[in-house]
Amino acid sequence: MRTTMKGPRLVAVFLLGVLLFNYPLLALFNRTVLVFGVPLLYAYIFVAWALLIGLAALVVERSR
Amino acid sequence: MLQSWVILPVALAYLGALFAIAYYGDHRADQGRSLIANPYIYSLSLGVYATAWTFYGSVGRAAADGIGFLPIYIGPTLMMALWWLVMRKIIRISKANRITSLADFVSSRYGKSAALAGLVTIIAVVGVVPYIALQLKAVSHSFAILVRFPDIALAVPRDAGPILADTAFWTALVLAAFTILFGTRHLDASERHEGLVAAIAFESLVKLVAFLAIGAFVTWGIYDGFADIFGRAAAHVKLADLFAPLNGAAGSYAGWASLTVLSMFAIMFLPRQFHIAVVENVNENHLGKAIWLFPLYMLAMNVFVIPVAFGGVMHFSGAAMDPDTFVLTLPMAQKQEALALLVFIGGLSAATGMVIVETIALSTMVCNDLVMPVLLRMPSLGLAGRRNLTGLLLGIRRGAIVAVVLLGYCYFRLAGEAYALVAIGLISFAAVAQFAPAVIGGIYWKGATRAGALAGLGAGFAVWLYTLLLPSFAKSGWLPIGFLENGPFGVALLKPYALFGLTGLNDITHAMLWSMLANVGAYVLVSVSTRQSVAEQAQAARFVDVFRHGGDGPDVHVWKGTASLPELQALLARFLGPERAREGLADHARRRGVASPDQLPADAVLVRFVETALAGAVGGASARILVASTVNEDVLSMDEMRTMLDEASQVIAYSHELEHKSRELMAATTELRAANEQLQELDRLKDDFVSTVTHELRTPLTSIRAFSEILHDNPGLDADERQKFLTIIIQESERLTRLINQVLDLAKLESGRAEWQVGEVDVKAVVEDSLDATSQLFRAKNVGLATRLPDAAPFVRADRDRLVQVLINLLSNAVKFVPPEVGHVVVEVAAAAGMLRVSVSDNGPGIEPLNQQVIFEKFRQAGDTLTGKPHGTGLGLPISRQIIEHFGGRLWVDSVPGAGATFTFELPVATHAAAQEPSSGAARGRDAHLSMEQE
Repeated sequence: MRTTMKGPRLVAVFLLGVLLFNYPLLALFNRTVLVFGVPLLYAYIFVAWALLIGLAALVVERSR
Repeated sequence: MLQSWVILPVALAYLGALFAIAYYGDHRADQGRSLIANPYIYSLSLGVYATAWTFYGSVGRAAADGIGFLPIYIGPTLMMALWWLVMRKIIRISKANRITSLADFVSSRYGKSAALAGLVTIIAVVGVVPYIALQLKAVSHSFAILVRFPDIALAVPRDAGPILADTAFWTALVLAAFTILFGTRHLDASERHEGLVAAIAFESLVKLVAFLAIGAFVTWGIYDGFADIFGRAAAHVKLADLFAPLNGAAGSYAGWASLTVLSMFAIMFLPRQFHIAVVENVNENHLGKAIWLFPLYMLAMNVFVIPVAFGGVMHFSGAAMDPDTFVLTLPMAQKQEALALLVFIGGLSAATGMVIVETIALSTMVCNDLVMPVLLRMPSLGLAGRRNLTGLLLGIRRGAIVAVVLLGYCYFRLAGEAYALVAIGLISFAAVAQFAPAVIGGIYWKGATRAGALAGLGAGFAVWLYTLLLPSFAKSGWLPIGFLENGPFGVALLKPYALFGLTGLNDITHAMLWSMLANVGAYVLVSVSTRQSVAEQAQAARFVDVFRHGGDGPDVHVWKGTASLPELQALLARFLGPERAREGLADHARRRGVASPDQLPADAVLVRFVETALAGAVGGASARILVASTVNEDVLSMDEMRTMLDEASQVIAYSHELEHKSRELMAATTELRAANEQLQELDRLKDDFVSTVTHELRTPLTSIRAFSEILHDNPGLDADERQKFLTIIIQESERLTRLINQVLDLAKLESGRAEWQVGEVDVKAVVEDSLDATSQLFRAKNVGLATRLPDAAPFVRADRDRLVQVLINLLSNAVKFVPPEVGHVVVEVAAAAGMLRVSVSDNGPGIEPLNQQVIFEKFRQAGDTLTGKPHGTGLGLPISRQIIEHFGGRLWVDSVPGAGATFTFELPVATHAAAQEPSSGAARGRDAHLSMEQE
């Protein structure tokens, strides 16, 4: 049961990633604003990237 | 300080360390204690994706357009999430079919087509050679910069110089030697190189550490953290625009998306990635950790790219410095020689890792999928006659390695300066992306045909050539630049960068769009309009359904032909070497339960085993040619297949029928068994009955005989005595008669042969008649009798005489058991809910609850019949119950021991319709009818 869920969950992570790293979400952050001294777009991309990796790790390590 | 006599030994020492690690890895593998059999090494070795292009080129690209380089790493991050589904399937298929390269995979899927294998190999070589050139360029370029330390040359001019003085040339040779040493030491059936993978994983660590070091140095050494860099950049004329570089133009987001897709394909289909991820995979479960560890690696690799790029631009503000070299020139500008050396080693590791794995993968393809099929088809070479071809195979591979590396070097010498690093890399990405439809379609779509794959790959490759490779030649000056600007022969509609007038996209997006359109379009269209051969269908099923068959695939092989064992043995020995061939066959024999390899039957299973084993050594397409040349095979036609299918389906239908029959048989058996048990039980009951009846008959007979003997032996008996004995004899005879009558009666009832005179019966009258008949009993024992009868009771359908029999039985029983003088019996008749109830109550000793059922069984009386004096025959109540139940009623007893018993029966009230039925008629016919009802 758990094993069969791993595939679908990872597909969900993939779809979330496609959403996060494309127009129009990307366009929302494409502004010349600094957050904590870092351009908003750069901060967004790296945070979203880390989030995806974290989610993938969670799915892989938890769904045995 | 950093003279070439410092740099060269350090670089050589680094390569020496790689040799040592690879050697140690192979050593451990030989001992069976694999160094690389864990998901961490697997994830690190996937880091071969990060080449010198990443190491130097990312910074260059970031300096030009900010985050524009990031999709190259975000794409793989996204793709990795799908690997659990897609890559696991590819790995499973490859292990089951001994697939050793991408070309092998594609050709195997489409019926082991040699043409397809060749085309994939050509695309891979043409597409990837520029990429190898890029690595050589990076190494020689970085070396050239470093030797000038501490002078930082402005945009290093690269005078080609003589080849023998060219570092790139020597780098190429050293790398070729390394690759030959560890990539082609022996011919491995699974094409795995453990030591090499260990070395690649180590290289991944080195380049990461080097890049993190330079990143940290720039961020916190030269500047004061991220905020400081971006704060200053915000004031910079050019850099401030890069903070939000995605302008609204159509090309901007589309370019970002197409780059993401491109790199998603690259992470799977670059020959080196396929080799590391699939061929060198030890255990498919390692994929799990790699799915998040490898993206994490890429994230770490990229954190400092933008800070270094911006730092470099600001630091060298004004100087015409190539941003591709910032990672090296920044520490040099700060006089950090150790750091500069570390960065150089990092770049070297990035470049060497890529070149080594890429050339191994390409050489395998060139040898197995390009050269061998051609050689094997040339009978004049007499290859078939050679005893041992392993040497030839290794020779071809070594030659291919040197050829590929030198091809890269030539490209570098001729065209290396035309383009920035990133551009060359992307052209390669776009080339390998052409494999995506054929591979991904191939593992999920059974209907994809060989012709479709050939058409798709061919069309995609052609468009790639026209829109990316030829323009890059034009830019290098090999073609007139007018080809780019005005289109070929001045036809503007055919301009390579604006095909059919499509503008507004960058060159990569433009090329991706058209090539994928051509590729997928041709693949699907041709696939649906052509038919698969039998071999293709078999392979398609083997690939698409790999998980269904549990990995090894079905052992049932559609094959018709004759083979001979010695020939197959000889064939294996020629390509694997005699020793390994013997081992393999012995192993195969063991698994099939055959005592010795010499006794193996030369059947379809063996032929398939030999072909798979050969595929590991020479590739699927070549293996097919070899087996076909040795084995006398008949090509199965579609009609024959259909006949076989028909036969098979008939057999299946027949077996289904058999199963059905056997299930029916089983059910019948169960029923029979139950019936048999019932019969045995009945038989036992009959025996009991007979013995009980005999016992009961003997009692009166004994007393009759005893008194008769007394009378016979004593003729002088006085008259009173004689009269008394004769009375006893008469009574006992009557009892005997009664008993026999009852036994007969019961037998009739049970067998359903009793005669019934059914009619409308007035129960009230029946009760009164019965009371009259038994009044003498009551009087004799002086027992009180009370009746509670309604004025008019409803009629029931029954046999009047039988009802009287039941009532007399109940009444005489009651009289029998009540004490004399104080005994009291009540008879009650009542109608309720369509039933008529008659009860006979007494104030006798009552019946123990245990006995309340027993008394309705034959010859059973309450109390012990053996010791106590019997009060009757023991058949009255069973007969009564039979009678009542025959008329659809029931008879039962309620009793409290010591407080009397009440026997009750109830019968259904006759309905009006039933009352109309004529009660006369032939009694015989009615009997038959009723007895049928009883059953």
